Amino acid sequence: MARIFLVAIWLLLAVPVVAMERTLYDELGQEQGISQLMEAFILEIAEDDRVIHHFENVDIDRFHRMLSEHICELSGGPCKYSGESMVTVHTGMNISRAEFNAVVENLMTAMDQQQLAVSTQNRLLAILASFHKEVIYQ
Amino acid sequence: MRKLTRVAAPALAVATLFVSHHAMADFGRIIATGGLTTVEGSGGGGLVPWATLSSYAEEGQWGGTIAYNQVNLDDYKLAVKAATISVDNRWEFSVAKQQFDLLSLGGSLKQDIYGIKYRLGGDVLYGAMPQFTVGLQHKRNQSFDLPQAVGAKDDTGTDIYFSGAKVWLDGIWHRTWLANVTLRATKANEMGLLGFGGDANNSYELQGEIAVGMFINRNWAVGVEYRQKPNNLGFAEEHDWYDIFIGWFPHKRIAFALAYTQLESIAGADGQDGIYGSLQVTF
Repeated sequence: MARIFLVAIWLLLAVPVVAMERTLYDELGQEQGISQLMEAFILEIAEDDRVIHHFENVDIDRFHRMLSEHICELSGGPCKYSGESMVTVHTGMNISRAEFNAVVENLMTAMDQQQLAVSTQNRLLAILASFHKEVIYQ
Repeated sequence: MRKLTRVAAPALAVATLFVSHHAMADFGRIIATGGLTTVEGSGGGGLVPWATLSSYAEEGQWGGTIAYNQVNLDDYKLAVKAATISVDNRWEFSVAKQQFDLLSLGGSLKQDIYGIKYRLGGDVLYGAMPQFTVGLQHKRNQSFDLPQAVGAKDDTGTDIYFSGAKVWLDGIWHRTWLANVTLRATKANEMGLLGFGGDANNSYELQGEIAVGMFINRNWAVGVEYRQKPNNLGFAEEHDWYDIFIGWFPHKRIAFALAYTQLESIAGADGQDGIYGSLQVTF
């Protein structure tokens, strides 16, 4: 029983995703949708006592522009992120694991506000989660 | 509850030794990553201890849970009161009191379980490596007359287990999935409710346990668990267990689970399937 189940799971994971899927960029509502989402995200961060101290000297307009550009590129949109690497950006900030999670929760709240589908949210979360190692304790 | 407090006090005292001065009770991990409380008090699902750690304590934080689980079967009823303290996203300490009522025979079996779990490495959410933990469950049967009469050798025993768990945030159907595999070395008969070791076998046996779950969204999960069990007593065959569960995490402070549980034949009484309910409060 256990073995059959594991094999079934393995097969499901091994089957390649059908190629016709919409890009995440489209699901996020392209440039305008991403811009709105990042605005909601920044507003959530701004109200979060757990992490706001990391953003005290941040140029919010530039932060919003860079975030949107980065998400646009990562989601398969027609943009080229012009900012520094994630390691460089976060060097000296010494972001803790709990602070990283707090920012993930801010994004979750923002995505809920934008009424994005669970599948869209998961696709974006998986991309951002992949930066965990490059962001924390730099 | 007073008894629970009495047994929880040493666990709490040990746990506080691990809490550094700046550590605060906090909720620094993502919702549902603390999982639920198992029938043996350890963090996990329902029947299987997972590599997850109870509560939402991240590095530099501590947290705790209290939980009540109940399984209603045809001839038996299992009630579990449990509490955990987790520290630094590294250690989990647990205590559980089980009461197993023999509805057709009359009477009940009781057991206390003290658990400790240590995260060896990895993270359930981040990075390619699964989260790995190693744990102990020290079990003290409080009603050994019946287990002894049916061939059990000891009234205490310690299970040792190793678990790996991984979450895929964007898994099949763009849903978040969790898989957990646990290997347990145990001498326990029916978790220890029927004592440890027996006339048919009195050595440690290695048992496999798995859990697979899918999050429909951030607050709702469905899944299955399967748990192998040893066969130490000659008087009645012991069977593997499984459950199919729905978990609800409406808020970090509270979680519920409802499950269909198939425990097969227990102590010769066949067809012990029923409903499992679990409530967990996190602080």
